[in-house]
Amino acid sequence: MAKNTLSSRFRKVDIDEFDENKFVDDHDEPADQQGPDAVEVDNLIRQGDMMAALHIALRNPPINSRNPAIKERAQAVVLRVLTSFKSSDIEPTVKSLNKNGVDLLMMYIYKGFERPTENSSAILLQWHEKAFAVGGLGSIVRVMTARKTV
Amino acid sequence: MSYHSFLLEPISCHAWNKDRTQIALCPNNHEVHIYKKDGNNWSKIHVLKEHNGQVTGIDWAPESNRIVTCGTDRNAYVWTLKGDVWKPTLVILRINRAARCVKWSPKENKFAVGSGSRLISVCYFEQDNDWWVCKHIKKPIRSTILCLDWHPNNVLLAAGSCDFKCRIFSAYIKEVEEKPAPTAWGSKMPFGEVMFESTGTSGWVHGVCFSDSGNRVAWASHDSTVAVAEGGKTAVCASLTSETLPLLCVTFITENSLVAAGHDCYPVLFVYDSNKAALSFGGKLDVPKQSAQKGMTARERFQNLDKKATTDSKEAVLESVHKNSISQISILNGGKAQCAKFCTTGMDGGMAIWDVKSLESAMKDLKIV
Repeated sequence: MAKNTLSSRFRKVDIDEFDENKFVDDHDEPADQQGPDAVEVDNLIRQGDMMAALHIALRNPPINSRNPAIKERAQAVVLRVLTSFKSSDIEPTVKSLNKNGVDLLMMYIYKGFERPTENSSAILLQWHEKAFAVGGLGSIVRVMTARKTV
Repeated sequence: MSYHSFLLEPISCHAWNKDRTQIALCPNNHEVHIYKKDGNNWSKIHVLKEHNGQVTGIDWAPESNRIVTCGTDRNAYVWTLKGDVWKPTLVILRINRAARCVKWSPKENKFAVGSGSRLISVCYFEQDNDWWVCKHIKKPIRSTILCLDWHPNNVLLAAGSCDFKCRIFSAYIKEVEEKPAPTAWGSKMPFGEVMFESTGTSGWVHGVCFSDSGNRVAWASHDSTVAVAEGGKTAVCASLTSETLPLLCVTFITENSLVAAGHDCYPVLFVYDSNKAALSFGGKLDVPKQSAQKGMTARERFQNLDKKATTDSKEAVLESVHKNSISQISILNGGKAQCAKFCTTGMDGGMAIWDVKSLESAMKDLKIV
C-alpha cells in the first residue's frame, strides 16, 4: 500500500469546539465544596453508627466543583460507607433520607456503577433497588439529565 | 370522560375551534386533518396540504376563525376559511431550522413561533403590504424553543427552551398595539426584553403555561420536575420533583391548580399554595379499570418464577386510558380559571376528554382549589 503522504491530523480536530454557537453551561461559583469529611465518616463507621455515617457522607457533595480529585475522593468515601452496610439496614436508612438525599444517593450509585470493583456492583444494585423504591423513575431521570453531577 | 382513537400514528399536535365541534390535528405527517363531531363519531371534513415537512404546531384562533400551522419545513401558514375551503397564506419566518410550536396571541393580531434556530418569531399582519411580517427575539436564547404561551395582556410571552430555562419575554409590537400597562412581571416592556428567567431546574422545558390572571407561570421540565413562578418584586419560584417519568405538557385549570401529563400516560394534578410558595402533588387523574384478580395456580406461579424471576401476577399492560405518552393538553370549557373539561392527545393516536367535576367525585382525595 502506498504510504499516506498527506497529513491526517485534521481527523483529530474536534470541530464542535470551534462552533461559535456552542452551548456552554453557566459557570456557577465552585462554592467551598470539599466533599464529605472522610475522617468523621471513618469514625462513625468504626463506631457502627451506619446511618449517621451515610448522612455525613452525603453532605457537601462536590457537584459544582471542577476538580476531579475532589470528586474521586468523595466517591471513594461514599462507596466505603455503602459497602460497609448490612443488607437489612439499607431500607430504613434510605427511608430516612429526604428527597434531595435520595437523588444524591442515586447519583453516587450510578457513579459507582461506572467503575465496578470486585464486589461493588452487587452491593450497589441492592442500594439501587431500595433507592428506586423511594425515589422512583424520577430520581433516575434526574441523574441522567443532570448537567453537574457528583 | 371519553376516549376516541383517531389513528394508529401519534397525533403530533391538535387545536379546537371556538365551539369545540371541530378539531384540527396532524397525523404525524405533512398534513392537517380537520374532524367534525357527528353525534358520537368524528368525520374528517378537511385535509390541509401545504407543508413539506411534519406539522409541529397548530393553533386555531377562536374569534377570527383562522388556523396557524408551523412545521419542520421552516414555514408557517395562516389558513382562512373561504366558503368551504381553507386557503393558506405563507408567512416567512426567516428561520433556518424547524419550527416547533406556534400560538396565537389572546387578541389574535399576532402569533409567535418557536424554532430550532434558537429564536422566537413574532408575526403580525402589515396592512399596507397585505403581508405577514415577523420580528425575532434572539437574546439570550441558547437552544431550541419547545413551547410557548401568551400572557392575557397580549404582550408578554413565556417560552420554554432546551437550554434548560423558562423565560418570559416582551413581544410588544408598536405597529399593532398600545403600550401595555405594568404587570406583576415588570413595567418596562420593550420588544425582546427578558422579564423573567428561571433558575434552579435543569432539563429541557417541555411545557409552559400562564395562569388565567397572568401572574403565575408554570413549566414542566425533563428532569421530572414541575415548577411555578409568581411575578412580583422578586419572582418567587416553587418547584416539585416527582417520582414519575418527565411531564410533557402542563396547563392551569384554576388559579391554584395545574394539570400536567407526559411519558407516564396519565394526567396528574398539582396544587400551588401561594402563602407557602409551595407546589404539592394533588393526585393521579386517571380512572383505572378494576382488573379481576384471578387466583394463580401453583403451575402458573412456578412458570412466572422461571420466566420472569418474580411471583408477581401483574401484567405488563398499561392500565391508563392513553396507551402511550401524552404530548398535548388543551382546555375545552371554562378557560384557565374554572376549567370544566380538558382534552389530551398523545402518541397512541387517541384523544381523551376529561371532565373535571366527575374526576373530582371519582377520586376521593382529589381537591381542586
